[in-house]
Amino acid sequence: MFQVHVRTRINGDDTEFSCEADETLLDVLRDRVGLTGAKEGCGTGDCGACSVLVDGRLVCACLMLGAEAEGCDIETVEGMATGAKLHPLQQKFLDHAALQCGVCTPGFLVAAKSLLERNDNPTEEEVRYWLAGNLCRCTGYDKIVRAVLDTAADMRKASKPKPAKAKAKKASAKRRVSA
Amino acid sequence: MNVQPDNKSMKRDFDIVGKRTARPDGIDKVTGRARFGADMSMPGMLWGLVLRSPHAHAKIRRIDTSAAEKLNGVHAIVTSKDFGPCDDSLLDIRENVMAREKALYDGHAVAAVAAVSKSVARQALKLIKVDYQVLPHVTDVDEAMKPDAPVINDKLFTKGLDKTPKKPSNIAERFEFGHGDVEKGFKEADLVIERTFRTAATHQGYIEPHACVASMGADGRGEMWVCTQGHFMVRNTCAGLLGIDVSNLRVTASEIGGGFGGKTTVFIEPVALALSLKANRPVKMVMSREEVLRASGPTSSSSIDVKIGMKKDGTITAGDATLRYQGGAFPGSAVPYGAMACFAPYDLKNVRAIGWDVITNRPKQAAYRAPGAPMGAYAIESVIDELCRELKLDPLDVRLKNASTDGSKASYGPNFGVIGLKATLEAARNHPHWKAKLGKNQGRGVACGFWFNFGGETSVSLNVNVDGTVGLSVGTPDIGGSRASIGNMAAEELGIPYDKVRCIIADTASLGYNDVTDGSRVTFASGMAAIQAARDAIGKLCERAAKIWGIPADAVVWEKGHARPASPNAGKHEPLSLADIAAQAGATGGPIAGHCEINAEGAGVSFATHMVDTEVDPETGHVKILRYTVFQDAGKAVHPSYVEGQFQGGAVQGIGWALNEEYIYGKDGRLQNPGFLDYRIPVCSDLPMIDTVIIEVPNPGHPYGVRGVGETSIVPPLAAISNSVSDAAGVRMTRLPMSPPNVLKALGRI
Repeated sequence: MFQVHVRTRINGDDTEFSCEADETLLDVLRDRVGLTGAKEGCGTGDCGACSVLVDGRLVCACLMLGAEAEGCDIETVEGMATGAKLHPLQQKFLDHAALQCGVCTPGFLVAAKSLLERNDNPTEEEVRYWLAGNLCRCTGYDKIVRAVLDTAADMRKASKPKPAKAKAKKASAKRRVSA
Repeated sequence: MNVQPDNKSMKRDFDIVGKRTARPDGIDKVTGRARFGADMSMPGMLWGLVLRSPHAHAKIRRIDTSAAEKLNGVHAIVTSKDFGPCDDSLLDIRENVMAREKALYDGHAVAAVAAVSKSVARQALKLIKVDYQVLPHVTDVDEAMKPDAPVINDKLFTKGLDKTPKKPSNIAERFEFGHGDVEKGFKEADLVIERTFRTAATHQGYIEPHACVASMGADGRGEMWVCTQGHFMVRNTCAGLLGIDVSNLRVTASEIGGGFGGKTTVFIEPVALALSLKANRPVKMVMSREEVLRASGPTSSSSIDVKIGMKKDGTITAGDATLRYQGGAFPGSAVPYGAMACFAPYDLKNVRAIGWDVITNRPKQAAYRAPGAPMGAYAIESVIDELCRELKLDPLDVRLKNASTDGSKASYGPNFGVIGLKATLEAARNHPHWKAKLGKNQGRGVACGFWFNFGGETSVSLNVNVDGTVGLSVGTPDIGGSRASIGNMAAEELGIPYDKVRCIIADTASLGYNDVTDGSRVTFASGMAAIQAARDAIGKLCERAAKIWGIPADAVVWEKGHARPASPNAGKHEPLSLADIAAQAGATGGPIAGHCEINAEGAGVSFATHMVDTEVDPETGHVKILRYTVFQDAGKAVHPSYVEGQFQGGAVQGIGWALNEEYIYGKDGRLQNPGFLDYRIPVCSDLPMIDTVIIEVPNPGHPYGVRGVGETSIVPPLAAISNSVSDAAGVRMTRLPMSPPNVLKALGRI
């Protein structure tokens, strides 16, 4: 079948591939580029297991064609850690046992990263609505939400070494955890 | 070596068991390196796809594959003709993986192709011509039981009746459990309530679709990579279906992206192997989500009558239930489990549960977490709730009054051993949730649940390595952190740090047979086997220390990870650590390993009580879960994080079953919602945090007191939520799911 030649950057590496015109970005990543971290749970954009960032935007890789990625900067779960050093979200997911089977985990991590890049102080409700496009069948989401909220708290501490007392209080008051 | 179920010898003080240790597969799973079913490729691999019936019930007159065979890039096509004779026990599986004379449900496989790419395989499917003669169908359980229903299998004669009927029907079997005299019991009651309930079929909803790679060589030897709950089961079943020696098929279990019982059988695996056999190339098959919903193994839908009598003081005088489950196109629904489990929480003088196993034109049901139990519990716990309400009694007090306890005669026959039901009810009564205030349109519900738990055939190998680390091979796929919990137990028994033990899932060529990961058995049975294998290794470590010291082996004891002289009489010797002895293994007799092969007995039954607050929107019929607390007996929580995770996950699957999830069939017998958009499982924004209270009433049948925890957590939610919604809405709910239209109907709004 006729193939399209595409030039992209994936996790910082310039990457070229050829793909069929109707092939999804997800199939390209998994079957042609060899990055199997993004998973296909539904193929219809309903489960979020294939979440990746395309030019900083959170997308389901199963809903985008590989051919559409020409010139795009793509980030997948494989690009989250820096060498052996895990991204804080990855570490918190482990600390909170926020995964059981782990197949939805790459999608949740990418989606949560995208949230925290936009909002470093999300409420529980904001986390829940942001992650509503990612399905998890094992955990009931409890530990996932806690891991994301805990990561956000740590990242805020790290980026603001000496927060003003009053401001910190206000931030914690805003964050309601219903447990 | 045997570990006797003995209360006195049960270990109670732990150094590692009960700690939230790091799972060995954790980093791989957060970095994308973990390899699941669809993540494997092999050199020369082809892609396999299945052609499925668009009809609920149809005779297959002819399949013409000639045009597809001619398409460039197609290397093999299989139909039922490629599956020859097999053992009688595999006949239904053989027919389910590839339709023979008839397609029995929408989505039933009729042919499969292997081609060089997915797109060529897709094109090939379009070129296969199937000549169907459409037959009348039936998908509803009550309709299927009617005398004039279309007969799906004319060789099916109801079993379990006094006289086997002369005419075939869709009723496969009748079961009955119980004791006492229910009619007498109802006469003693002050109030008797009788109700009928219906539940929709639901799907396990694992996020990872079924996937496998099969490679069969010209030498008759094959290997498979499969996402499954039981790779030994896959090996034996595939070998049996295709006439391959079991030893010639080596199956490796991939990481598994959820199963919940749905991956305890085979669907595409034998098909991939048959294609590989024909093409002489490796073949990869991955189901789409639509295929998963149409053609894997959802749970039964049910229709249940319940009658319970109660005295004014809350004593239950009798309970009677009739459960009708459709299990799809083949016999074998979980109705016997439902009938056995539904009254199990109560110590009743007069109890009866009758189960009817019914076939319909739907996919063959598979296990789903405590298979069959949630629906039965839903019906019984709903009527108990209504009796409490009518008699103005506290639902927790009434449950405590009637609760099964140590030694109670279970409704399904045996006498219970040590059980924790009352402990869960007392914890519920003492929890702040029980006293919390409710607002307008809000309600609270409670319900109990029971599951048997299972032991089963288990084989474990434990290798003591030269550097003092330990390799632990188990044969039960890790579905939610079991490698960590089994590692905890092995490290505990050996007396070495957790991070010195590396637990893996070994392939079928590397271990003895293991039953599938089901029945909440893995932490119990593989854990027990790991403990016994550790004891076996400890015996050998002590022998080596004795050899080094030149004293008799029985003069050496193992304490805190070290061999020590048993008494001063044995001489003065510095303790030798596991690492010390391992380093000298070559000089003292060779490698040191412990093994255990058992059919694990002594599984402890498990009970839970759930409490849930809901709010019902009277305008839209929407139900919101406000607060949820799980109280469950874990025996011993080997890894509390994953015990909590099982409690939370089960509760939320139950929430989906209660509120949203439903297989919807059209008049044409086709599944109308085969996708995650329309088959809606709970999402993050639907839910609050799920609180958990772990109760530990040790199981005397396990050296550390472990009970299975995975399944019980899905038994109470349907009833607890229905009781809560009934409280909030002021009407008794009797149908699941309690989706907005069903709630509005119950409220009389539509």
